[in-house]
Amino acid sequence: MADQGPVPGVLLAEVRVPARSDQLRVVRRIVRDALQGSAGIEEIIADVVLAVDEACQNVVRHAYSGLPPGDMVVQLFQADRKVVVRLMDFAPPVDVSRICPRDLGDLRPGGLGTYFIRAVMDTVEFRPPPPGAGNLLEMTKRIR
Amino acid sequence: MTDTALLDLETRGDITIVTLRGDVDLDVSPQVRRALKGCLDGTPERAVVVYMGEVGYVDSSFIASLIDAYQTAKRLGKGFALAGVGTSAMRVLRLGRLDRVFPIHDTVDDAIGALG
Repeated sequence: MADQGPVPGVLLAEVRVPARSDQLRVVRRIVRDALQGSAGIEEIIADVVLAVDEACQNVVRHAYSGLPPGDMVVQLFQADRKVVVRLMDFAPPVDVSRICPRDLGDLRPGGLGTYFIRAVMDTVEFRPPPPGAGNLLEMTKRIR
Repeated sequence: MTDTALLDLETRGDITIVTLRGDVDLDVSPQVRRALKGCLDGTPERAVVVYMGEVGYVDSSFIASLIDAYQTAKRLGKGFALAGVGTSAMRVLRLGRLDRVFPIHDTVDDAIGALG
């Protein structure tokens, strides 16, 4: 796998799957299993699983939109008092300025995923992807 | 918990009960969305109750399906309610502040009673 910069902690799990909706349950199970052995706090596990699932959905639905689905890679690290998730895809770079959570007062289907991610994680940022990759999203969650 | 969401439909009087099971994620929520709309649009029943007591994981795509169904019901002048929402699903509903939007009841019977 391409270099993705300094490793942010101990690698708990890594999974590379096709960016398809039928792979989301596979990713969720791997993330949940890995965290049950480390973070171990159900609320934190639920938050991280939700954020990873929603971020992967964005890759499936938007990053590869109109393209044959490529792969996505999820890495889960545990650092000092925090969980770090890296999600990498091989799609064209997304326009980060166009990604924004919707106003919850605006009751309409869609647009909640980004809001959920930002609501449950402590930091969410796109980082420079390694050569050959399209996008690299890094999210962190503190373990209290 | 099963890996795949299953969906059952039942009619009690003039109300349709939709029972969902398993994880309702992006892979199955389009099927759920179509089913909910199908229960509302062009049917003689006057309300839909979605029973979620056997649902595991839910995500934003499922919430979007519920919003879509809720808005369809309102547009058609029909009732719409949730019943038996588990802890995990309720947490996601609260995250989106949708627990303040959807009528939510402990049981299907409670929901039917509230629908009048």
